[in-house]
Amino acid sequence: MGKKTGSEFIKSLELKGVSRRDFLKFCGTAATMLGLSQLYAPKIAHAIESMSKRPPVVWLDFMECLGCTESFINATHPEVDKIILEILSLEYHEAVMAAAGDKAHQNLWNAVERENGELICVVEGAIATKIPSAITIGGMTSMAIMTKVAKASKAIISVGTCATHGGTQAASPNPTGAVGVEEFLRSQGINTPVINLPGCPVNPENIISTILHYLLLEKLPPLDSMSRPKNLYGATIHDNCPRRGHFDEGRFVETFGSKEESLGYCLYKVGCRGPSTYSNCPQVLWNNRQNWCIGAGAPCIGCFEPYFWDKFKDFYKPLPDVELLGVKTSADKIGIAIAAATAGGVAAHLIGSAVKGRLGKSGEGKGKEDKEE
Amino acid sequence: MANKRIVIDPITRIEGHLRIEVEIAGGKVVDAWNTTTLFRGYEMILKGREPRDAWHFSHRICGICPTSHGHAASMCLEDAYGVTPPDNARLIRNLMESSQLLYDHILWFYILNGFDYVDIVSALSAKPKTKTLKKVQERVKAFVDSGQLGFLGNAYWGHPEYKLPAELNLELTASYLKSLKIKSLANEAGAVFGGKFPYIISSPPGGVTCIPTLTQIADYQDKMLKVKDFIDDTLIPDLMAIAPYYLYLKDYGGSHKSYLSMGVLDAKNQDPYDRLFPRGAIMNGDLGNLQKVDLMKDIGEYVGHSWYTDRCGGGINPSEGITEPNFTGKEGIGEIDHEGRYDWTKAVRFKGKPAEGGPLAQMLIAYASGSEPAKKLVDGTLAAVGAPGQLDILFSALGRVVARVLKVKMVADAFPVWIDELVANIKRGDNNFYTDYDLASDATGVAGWDAPRGCITDYTTIKGGRLETWQAVPASTWNFSPRDDKGVRGPAEEALIGVPVQDPENPLEVLRIVHSYDP
Repeated sequence: MGKKTGSEFIKSLELKGVSRRDFLKFCGTAATMLGLSQLYAPKIAHAIESMSKRPPVVWLDFMECLGCTESFINATHPEVDKIILEILSLEYHEAVMAAAGDKAHQNLWNAVERENGELICVVEGAIATKIPSAITIGGMTSMAIMTKVAKASKAIISVGTCATHGGTQAASPNPTGAVGVEEFLRSQGINTPVINLPGCPVNPENIISTILHYLLLEKLPPLDSMSRPKNLYGATIHDNCPRRGHFDEGRFVETFGSKEESLGYCLYKVGCRGPSTYSNCPQVLWNNRQNWCIGAGAPCIGCFEPYFWDKFKDFYKPLPDVELLGVKTSADKIGIAIAAATAGGVAAHLIGSAVKGRLGKSGEGKGKEDKEE
Repeated sequence: MANKRIVIDPITRIEGHLRIEVEIAGGKVVDAWNTTTLFRGYEMILKGREPRDAWHFSHRICGICPTSHGHAASMCLEDAYGVTPPDNARLIRNLMESSQLLYDHILWFYILNGFDYVDIVSALSAKPKTKTLKKVQERVKAFVDSGQLGFLGNAYWGHPEYKLPAELNLELTASYLKSLKIKSLANEAGAVFGGKFPYIISSPPGGVTCIPTLTQIADYQDKMLKVKDFIDDTLIPDLMAIAPYYLYLKDYGGSHKSYLSMGVLDAKNQDPYDRLFPRGAIMNGDLGNLQKVDLMKDIGEYVGHSWYTDRCGGGINPSEGITEPNFTGKEGIGEIDHEGRYDWTKAVRFKGKPAEGGPLAQMLIAYASGSEPAKKLVDGTLAAVGAPGQLDILFSALGRVVARVLKVKMVADAFPVWIDELVANIKRGDNNFYTDYDLASDATGVAGWDAPRGCITDYTTIKGGRLETWQAVPASTWNFSPRDDKGVRGPAEEALIGVPVQDPENPLEVLRIVHSYDP
């Protein structure tokens, strides 16, 4: 990336109708999103000012429902028009681009050729491997397009559970052989770095946080063993759930629409997957931080977890068993166990800590060796 | 001159993956084929699952209108379990549908469909009338001057089919940028009750999980009233401003003139024929003959031109439907077999005939059902464009564009009433938001509901407490169905016939027809 001076940059920004004040405010938001102190805002401002051109991004859509694009265009920190007009150069995105047909596809291949090695590739949707023509674009299969674009990309950001782990269509019996991007590329011996941002849909704040990290700090964020940024996927929903106190005290919703629901009790017994789901939902929420699933009285379905459609199926039934102080127990027993433990003088939060992160396979992210950049 | 075939793949600015091929002779389209280039196999995946899981899966059929798919699935299971959601649940579902509907149609008008009518490059040469417009123009100019055209590159700018003066192009560009914020605001309103958007989480079979506080209801109302202001002050004036330049779209794109609506937005009695947009069918433009819809008898599927085994077709009702893929095309679908199988979509038919869903169908059926607001809006608009009483000009591409905006207006006027009803219920002490029920071991269910872009029907059979079958017929299966076994084209294919194409290298006119269905 070439450099230019700060004053040149501000001048060009002002021409775009963005004031210096707006810009610094944006940098402050960026700092917060990266988990940095506000003191970093001037550094971020400097990093952006030094960019001579907007970084080129291509967004590929494969086996998906466009929900992740829809989620992305709801971005509010910063708003999506700023992202596509002033921050990134969105070279290809079927759902928003003006061109169509061959002319649209030409934009993709032009970007691949022109920006070879500099391209950031965002992928929404899974790759079809068993029925390759279950997804085609411009006469090419997802396998063919992904292979070609991956080779020209500096990094790939897989957004949403379809792109990270095959998603909905990969649920058993996976009729089309849908797989996530990382799995597909590695099977082809392609080693382009992949960042996984699972979620059904992806949270727009997580996309922006990742892109900003990459642009401003010029490196990938620290990743766990499943290539997820540690700062975004490091804790379970249960760890940070505002209803956690009710869990610890054994107060549960047993039926929707009940008095317990209106009191905001814990949703564990109606199927909440929060204890097994690594996600920053409780902090960033959704739709301009308006609300989230648990806030609407509904149990988390664990959509940030790989293979959640199968791993967590029977969504309205409680997680089959929970390891509590080393002993596996069922939902019905949990309240009793907690009551007994509390009576015995054990602090409720201690039991809570014993429960967290021990369910199903989702512990993988913590147990195994982590990836660094 | 020999006929020329052109392929547009990918069709951009849509949900999903679509390939369109048209044959042109004498400057007009004489034949057309649509191909959905995505197959996921939902029906196969749902078999054997806990029935209520289907409502979560169904959202993922379409990430642009997931709320409707979710509600259709819940209603299908409510039918199977014999449970009726309480009135408060009906109202909250209507409110979540409304926020989805307003966002969806605003998104369509400006972001998905807008570039077919608005030349953003021409906007650069406009004389801005206001400071705001000047700022927008400078912003676009800086973007263009950067040389990085990105998502605006390689398009049809300067095409003679762009008819608006530079000033209007600029105004619509400003509205485009504004609409991005407004549509997100509508989604925020939906998230007040739904938890998030896309994929609201709070409407499982039986009712809603959220028990809203008055503050939350006020929050929803405040946000939606801002969206309503945008509709009244920007969207409708924008439509009326550009309409005179594109009135000629009344002359083509009419398709079979057969319209179908499953109905959407429930009335208190939860009767599909009393919905804000009622259930019904109008065939061959015969507005005087409004037909009822029997979901078990009138709907059948054909696969003579689709990539499924023959036993999936033959006119069977989706309640007995089968999904068995049988891809016979070339890898990558570069070329299609025009006479044979060419689509991942089945051909669904109403009483054996193709029919289209979506705002035009919804408005016409509401009109024919005697809906006062629909009559007022349709008649008023026809008078405003100098064609009073000429309903038949709506059987066209123009009709689809206009109907979508009128429908937005109708919903924007309706949601405040549902808020009032909800508050009145709560005031009366009605705190029922969910009806509990027993999970039947063996049952069948069916439901019809409309997504913003057309009909959804869901059919299920439950055996031993698990899903034996689940068949979903989503909106684009109706509108973008291929030829049926008799060789009759699907609605969008038929709509393309007769469309003039000035420059086959830049088939903007074709895109307009495709986008008029909001696939």
